[in-house]
Amino acid sequence: MRKILTIAILGGMLALLGGCHSAPVKPETPVENRDLNAAPKPADGATGNPTTESGPEQKGLDPINDPKNILSKRSIYFDYDKFDIQDKYKPLIESHAKHLANHPERKMLIQGNCDERGSREYNLALGQKRADAAKKALLLLGARDAQVEAVSLGEEKPRALGKDEAAYAENRRDDLLYNGEF
Amino acid sequence: MTAFFNFARAWRSLYGFALVCAVLCLNPGAQAQLTIEITGGGASRIPVAIAPFAGSGLLPQALVGVIRADLERSGLFRMVETPNFDPPLTEAQNVSYAEWKSRLTDALVVGSVGTAADGRFEVRFRLHDVVKQTQLGGVAYTMTAAQTRTTAHHIADYIYEKLIGDRGVFSTRIAYVVKQGPRFELQIADADGAGAQTALVSKEPIISATWSPDGTRIAYVSFENKKPVIYIHSLLTGNRTVLANYKGSNSAPAWAPDGSRLAVVLSRDGGSQIFSVKPDGSDLQRLTTSSAIDTEPFYSPDGQFLYFTSDRGGGPQIYRIPATGGDAQRITFEGSYNVTPRVSPDGKSLAYIARRGGGFQLMLLDLASKQTQALTDGNADESPSFAPNGKIILYATEIGGRGHLSAVSSDGRVHQRLSLQTGDAREPSWGPYGK
Repeated sequence: MRKILTIAILGGMLALLGGCHSAPVKPETPVENRDLNAAPKPADGATGNPTTESGPEQKGLDPINDPKNILSKRSIYFDYDKFDIQDKYKPLIESHAKHLANHPERKMLIQGNCDERGSREYNLALGQKRADAAKKALLLLGARDAQVEAVSLGEEKPRALGKDEAAYAENRRDDLLYNGEF
Repeated sequence: MTAFFNFARAWRSLYGFALVCAVLCLNPGAQAQLTIEITGGGASRIPVAIAPFAGSGLLPQALVGVIRADLERSGLFRMVETPNFDPPLTEAQNVSYAEWKSRLTDALVVGSVGTAADGRFEVRFRLHDVVKQTQLGGVAYTMTAAQTRTTAHHIADYIYEKLIGDRGVFSTRIAYVVKQGPRFELQIADADGAGAQTALVSKEPIISATWSPDGTRIAYVSFENKKPVIYIHSLLTGNRTVLANYKGSNSAPAWAPDGSRLAVVLSRDGGSQIFSVKPDGSDLQRLTTSSAIDTEPFYSPDGQFLYFTSDRGGGPQIYRIPATGGDAQRITFEGSYNVTPRVSPDGKSLAYIARRGGGFQLMLLDLASKQTQALTDGNADESPSFAPNGKIILYATEIGGRGHLSAVSSDGRVHQRLSLQTGDAREPSWGPYGK
C-alpha cells in the first residue's frame, strides 16, 4: 500500500509540477482505444474461470488498489544478473494476467530495474530482459500484446539508495503499472 | 558557483511550467564549474617558458594563465618561471637563446596583445625551440574580449602540436550529465571544465549523451516519458527531435563517423537489438538478430564495423559486426564481464570497461597485438570517451560515493580528476575538433 501511495503521491506531484499529466491519483475512466484488428483471443494456458477476479472485490475500490487484493502487489524481484521469474511470483502474474484479460481497456507498463553495478546501457538491456520476462508470462496467461508495454529503467531510478546488498536486491525489480499510474 | 546556484533557483521556479526544459540556445548563466587536478603525471615533462604577453593588461581576463594551465594539465609540460621583463618581451623581438637555455627551458613563447582598428583585440605570439635555437612558428588572432579563453586554448593547441606532434584538444568541448538532487542537467563545457552551460534540465535521468561528428548536435537517452527515448538536441537552436520512440526501450545512440546514420538499441521486436537509423528517424534497419542482449554499439572510425556488447556467449563480452550487419566476431576473451567498447580515433585500440576483482575498471586493448592494459584501478569506472586526438580518455568514476569525471592519458601515465563541488557528474562525452 505504501508503494501505491508513493506512486499516487509522486504521480500527483508530477501532475502539479508538470502540468501535462491529468491527475493520475485515481484510476481514470478507461479510454476507449480498441484495435479492431486485434480480436480478443482466449487465454493461452490460463487456468480457472477468467471472469472471476482473484481475491475479494470491495465495492467502489478498484481491485488493483485494494490492499487485500493480490492485484495491489506490483513488484517482482530478481537475483543478481538474472531475469527469470521465480515460482513465488506465479500467483501475482496469474492474477494480473486475468485482470488484463477481463479488462481489455486496461493497459500496463512494466518497468524493469537493475542495481547500480556495471554499465548503464548493459543494465538497461538487463532491465529490459526482466520486463520482457514478465510481459511474456502475462501474455501466455491471457493478456493481449497491445495491452502491455515492457520497458527498462536500467539502474537510473533506484528505489533504494544504499550501496549494500539489501539496497541492490530492492532495485533488481519489475514494477507493474496500470494506465493512470505512469 | 554562486552564479550556478542563482541559476538553479531560477530553474526551480520554472518547474511549475515544464517537466523538461530544453534551454533555447545554451544559457551562459549556468556556471557549474568543473575543477581539474592532476593526480599523476608523466615522468619527463617538457619545460616550457611562456613570457607574460606585452599589453595583456588590456584584456579583462587572463590569457597567458589559461595557456599555462592547459599545457600543465596535460601532464606533458612543466612551466618554467619567467621574470617580468620591463619593457615586456614581444614576438617581434629577437630572442637570446643562450639566456633562455640558462633558465633551463626547452621552449619559449613570447607574444603581445594590441587593439585592432575596429575595437577588437589582436593577439600575436611566436614559439621558439630553445634547444635547436629556431622559431617553430607563430599566429596572430583577432578576437573580442569574450573570446580570450578560446584564443588561449587555440594557442595552447598550437604549442602542443608543435612540441608533441599530435593535434591538441584544449579548444574542444565535453558534454556530461550532472545530477543535483532530483534534477538532471546535460551540460557542455570547455575541455578544461570552464564555461559550463546547461543544454537540458530534466526531472528524469539523462544518459548516453554523444556528440554528432560535426559537433552541432548531441544524441542522448531521456527518461522523461517514464521510459527510455532517444533524442537529438541541436546545440545551435536548442531544438530537439525524437530519434527513436518505439514500443519498449530506446537507447545507446552512436553516430556513424560521417554523421549519416546512428546505431541505436531498440527492444520493440523483443530483446535489446541493434538497429541503424537516419538522424531524422527514418529508414530504420535491423542490424543484429539474436535472442541475447546486443547493446552499446560504437562505430569504428572508418565506419566499417560496429563494436558492441553482447551476452550471447553467457556473460557480457565485446563483439563486432560489419556496419551494415552480418556475422559477429568476438573481440574480448579475458574475464567474465567486458562492456562499453569505444574504438580510438586512429582505429588501433579499444577502450572498454572490465569487471576485475569486484571492481569495474577502464581497459585498453591493442586491436592488432591483442594485448590489454588496465588504465585505472577504480571501483566503479564507466562510460569511457576518447579525446579526438586519442591521447586522453575521459570516463566516469565514483569517489566517496559521488560521481566524478576523470581522465587518463591513453598510455596510462597522466591522471586528471574533474570535480564538481556538489552533485554527481556522469556520462561524459568528448566532443570533436572544432571547424
